[in-house]
Amino acid sequence: MCLGIPARIVKVKGERKSLADFGGGVMREIDISLVDVREGEYVIVHAGFAISVIDEEEAEETMKIWRLFSDTETSELR
Amino acid sequence: MASFFRYRDERIAIGIVERLKRLLSGHLRFMHVCGTHQDTIVRFGLDIMLKEAGIEVIPGPGCPVCVTTPYEIEIAVNLANNGKIIATFGDMFRVKGVKSSLADARASGASVFIVYSVSDAIAIASEHKKKDVVFFSIGFETTAPATASAVLNGVPENFSILSAHRLIPPAMSALIEMGEMRIDGFINPGHVSSIIGVGAYEHISKRYGVPQVIAGFEPIDVMYAVYMLVSQIMRGEACVENEYRRVVRYDGNKKAREVMNAVFRAVDVAWRGFPVIKSSGLQLKRTYEDNDALKRYEDEIDEMEQNLTELTEKQSSEATCRCGDVLRGIISPAECPLFGRACSPHRPIGPCMVSREGSCNILYRYRKSSRL
Repeated sequence: MCLGIPARIVKVKGERKSLADFGGGVMREIDISLVDVREGEYVIVHAGFAISVIDEEEAEETMKIWRLFSDTETSELR
Repeated sequence: MASFFRYRDERIAIGIVERLKRLLSGHLRFMHVCGTHQDTIVRFGLDIMLKEAGIEVIPGPGCPVCVTTPYEIEIAVNLANNGKIIATFGDMFRVKGVKSSLADARASGASVFIVYSVSDAIAIASEHKKKDVVFFSIGFETTAPATASAVLNGVPENFSILSAHRLIPPAMSALIEMGEMRIDGFINPGHVSSIIGVGAYEHISKRYGVPQVIAGFEPIDVMYAVYMLVSQIMRGEACVENEYRRVVRYDGNKKAREVMNAVFRAVDVAWRGFPVIKSSGLQLKRTYEDNDALKRYEDEIDEMEQNLTELTEKQSSEATCRCGDVLRGIISPAECPLFGRACSPHRPIGPCMVSREGSCNILYRYRKSSRL
């Protein structure tokens, strides 16, 4: 119930509704009234409502930091 | 979108644990307050990995179904038995109120619908115009804006809301105030935070000197959040940091908060396992009284309450279920004598075993054969 699932905005249908792609062939209509979102963007969906837009640049930044941990030679982190 | 591969890269997790082992000598205890975090932690065995570095990560009251009180559930059951259609989330269906569950009510002929969203509940009300439909609305700051948005958008006349919504930060403060155990840091719920923002927790760090990190739900999100907490402790700081930057903005989701604040007001409410926590629940504002089941069926609920007073005395049979202690982090599910014996997801006794977000259910699902 409280699970947040990422989905891609496929087709905005009016002010509140949009078709969203949850992956694996699952498409569902969701409510987008709580966010400002464009087609093609990813959102976190909670109980049928998009609650946040995923920032892809931030996602890349996070990955960069993490990558440092898998490199055993690194001395950049302490 | 960025690949999920790195979110689950075991080498990164091992790298973090190795670094933590080098940094730490003592024992630290962190608490999270989200069922989805618990799922990630148990599913990927992060608790076992972190234990090697002397870090314990325990679940708190992060399961909305679990913290709902038997009294609130009993109201829903009573309304169902009195001929209303009750719509609610699946996890709530089998949780027992004071006397019985919504599943029991349905078995004896009441109309109870399981829905995925408030929108589904409204659709049921539109389809059953001659019946009263009550949406038993539970959840933290993630689901409350959805309920509020539906109310603002206008709902059918035969539709009302029984709100059991709750707010996370007051519960975190309450846990520290109760002082039952030492908490060295909080892993804050990513999706709740996407609504309320980073600032909503700052008073907790300032007042109690406890570090906090907002975390996402992939294994490396949680592991890195732990690393950030340890780093804060090493630096001698206590502040709120955000690991889940791809989803959580500093200010959260202003639009969602405005919608939530337009419809709901904060009230003092008890949580299962907790005493009354100040300003930790949400009830509909007076303007939306017509949509408020507590107001609309006030007389029925009063009557129910009178009948209940004597019954609550007899509730000692429930005392063997230690869900309340699990929710406060006092014991782990495996320490409950019922766990995996009298109580399992197939025959759950308390809500922590019923709900898929409950710590007992999660532990049973992933490690049922062991008593880890």
